[in-house]
Amino acid sequence: MTRPVLIENARIVDPASGTDQPGAVLIENGLIADVALGAPIGVPDGAEVINARGLILAPGLIDMRVFTGEPGKEYRETLQSAGEAAAAGGITSFVMMPDTAPVVDDGALVDFLIRRAKATSKVNVLPAGAITKGLNGQEMTEFGLLQEAGAVCLTDGRHSIQSTALLRTVMSYAANYGMTIMHHVSDASLTGDGVMNEGLFATILGLKGIPREAETIPLARDLQLAALTGVKYHAAQISCAASIELVATAKKRNASVTAGVSINNLALNENDIGRYRTFFKLSTPLRSEDDRQAVIEGLRNGTIDTIHSDHDPQDTEVKRQPFAEASDGAIGLETLLAAALRLVHSGDVDLLTVLRAMTSRPAEILGLPSGRIASGAPADLILFDLDYPWQVSENEIRSRSRNTSFEGARLAGKVMRTIVGGQTVHTHQEER
Amino acid sequence: MAQTSASTASTSSAGSTGDFTPFNQRHLLSIADLKQHEIIDLLDRAERMVPVSRQERKSHPTLSGKTQINLFFEPSTRTQGSFEIAGKRLGALVMNMSVKTSSVSKGETLVDTAATLNAMRPDVIVVRHSAAGAVELLSQKVGCAVINAGDGAHEHPTQALLDALTIRRHKGRISGLTVAICGDIANSRVVRSNLLLLGALNVRTRVIAPRNLLPAGIEHLATEVFTDMREGLKDVDVVMMLRLQHERANGRMIPSVREYYRFYGLDAEKLAFARPDAIVMHPGPMNRGVEIDPAIADGPASVITDQVEMGVAVRMAVLDALLPARNEP
Repeated sequence: MTRPVLIENARIVDPASGTDQPGAVLIENGLIADVALGAPIGVPDGAEVINARGLILAPGLIDMRVFTGEPGKEYRETLQSAGEAAAAGGITSFVMMPDTAPVVDDGALVDFLIRRAKATSKVNVLPAGAITKGLNGQEMTEFGLLQEAGAVCLTDGRHSIQSTALLRTVMSYAANYGMTIMHHVSDASLTGDGVMNEGLFATILGLKGIPREAETIPLARDLQLAALTGVKYHAAQISCAASIELVATAKKRNASVTAGVSINNLALNENDIGRYRTFFKLSTPLRSEDDRQAVIEGLRNGTIDTIHSDHDPQDTEVKRQPFAEASDGAIGLETLLAAALRLVHSGDVDLLTVLRAMTSRPAEILGLPSGRIASGAPADLILFDLDYPWQVSENEIRSRSRNTSFEGARLAGKVMRTIVGGQTVHTHQEER
Repeated sequence: MAQTSASTASTSSAGSTGDFTPFNQRHLLSIADLKQHEIIDLLDRAERMVPVSRQERKSHPTLSGKTQINLFFEPSTRTQGSFEIAGKRLGALVMNMSVKTSSVSKGETLVDTAATLNAMRPDVIVVRHSAAGAVELLSQKVGCAVINAGDGAHEHPTQALLDALTIRRHKGRISGLTVAICGDIANSRVVRSNLLLLGALNVRTRVIAPRNLLPAGIEHLATEVFTDMREGLKDVDVVMMLRLQHERANGRMIPSVREYYRFYGLDAEKLAFARPDAIVMHPGPMNRGVEIDPAIADGPASVITDQVEMGVAVRMAVLDALLPARNEP
């Protein structure tokens, strides 16, 4: 029997119920036992009381796209270090991409990861199963066995399946088990040697461009196949105005289509690359400001369902390279919330919409009981100060890799306490 | 047609740089970094260097006691040779390093090599690399001046400077001219540096290429864009031809050499659309019969060998400007 926890005087923001008002939450046995809006809750015997005055109490964030280095590249990130970073960033669950060594394409590995994460990670690690063996884009994995082992969805991570016939097959088979296919759309031949968004800026830098059509063409194909097969389809991360239009149109006819966006494509654009800054070299490249604005509008009007960090730890060796030769990817667990809150502070998107995309929508898509503040739900909660100013500093990063595209950025909004399963796993030092 | 030898040689004393204000750049990484007055300053300095190479004693030892490393990750005969001669005529100790790299370890070699060379305390490193931005990356890792001798499809600043010097000596001016650049625009670093430099000097620039070889947004960098060579060459003062890599004319980007030559090769018939006194330039190495008719390349309008001569003068000027005596106690 763990000690009950009462969080009182909080501003409760729960997107699932549309709540934004003062209240208190009682946690017992790792679950939310009671939610009192307006009225106080009596303090149970022996309860720990947390006075949350001035703070927002929200569901812990659920990050749909996180790469780790474990197993295989532990020097980049372990489940333990990713868990530390996630807890500090207010992320209480993350979907782990199967792009590891070995690839998570086997039920036994899913089982191992879940056990390993329970032993070492402060937050919930939700393994995604690979769609194809070794991410080879050719032979499908055992979807049923992966699901039985605990895989929350199917994805080939940063890889994109090129064969239309194979995609039809895997979508049809995933529909059989009610599993969500989360696909990164990228046409390999159109992408070619491209390393950033195609356009004037790439031309000036002398870098090969990636046309938007390398995203929109496979996306249009996927959306048609999703309708054909009836699969639950999640476009892993889209980046341009034309993709938003495609998804919006598909959603009118097909309720099983959802779409995600990386915080990078919401917060940054191609100009941030400046003079070959490789921390801004991302797969799903940063696009133009017009595209960024279109993605923000997509978030506002519900075309975009989820925001994720696209946390992708890379070491100095592979990043301190000429731009074209550097690896893709940036870390993002610790900055996801504050970077997303930029949209709130700028007045672009309201707080409930931004939080919904990182709490209740991912939970609905993945079929999780968390992501909401309701009696009986897991007590995965965060307390954050909406306006707390801070500056991202490489030295304070908890991730084992330092490749943040927000280095030096001034952000507002800081997680003061992160609770996973009723246990406090992180407190901001000044609150101690 | 143009004169075959440059005729506007400076009257001032050979190589004298005493009356120039200090050049306020640590490196020469790109034309984009230069202001108009800095470009003109470098051209004027280069002008003074031309006579040095025409003297019997081709020596102007302002770099005496200094060390210059030519670090070439891509093979180059003429650029490396030009920098070597420029350094030697200025009295520098010049070391050539050609680094053969596998594509896997390329970048690792770059940063490691930078640290290694830096420890040898050179005064200037001249770098060519196949990746855009690589020279700038290297410049961040060393304590000496760095000159970009070509980085991927990004920039080749000394080429643009030598082209401008060649134009100025033949035309007596640069501003107000119309310059057409024709060929593989998409993959050329020479184009980017030239468009920036010529644009800064108020030149009307045209690029001419099949659509497949035009990069996105090029209309923002050149004054005009043409896909028809005859239209593009109409009344231009200068025709700059670019090398077409043979491997691009294999059916994947361009169907064949003969089709390319038919529509984009510079021959007498197409050149006739340019002004009668137009000059023809090429950064080299040329593919005769691919992008240019041998009769044009070696004909009276061609100033291609002058470009090579101006290359030495420009590189001497850049070395001299970046390594002033002011660092000496």
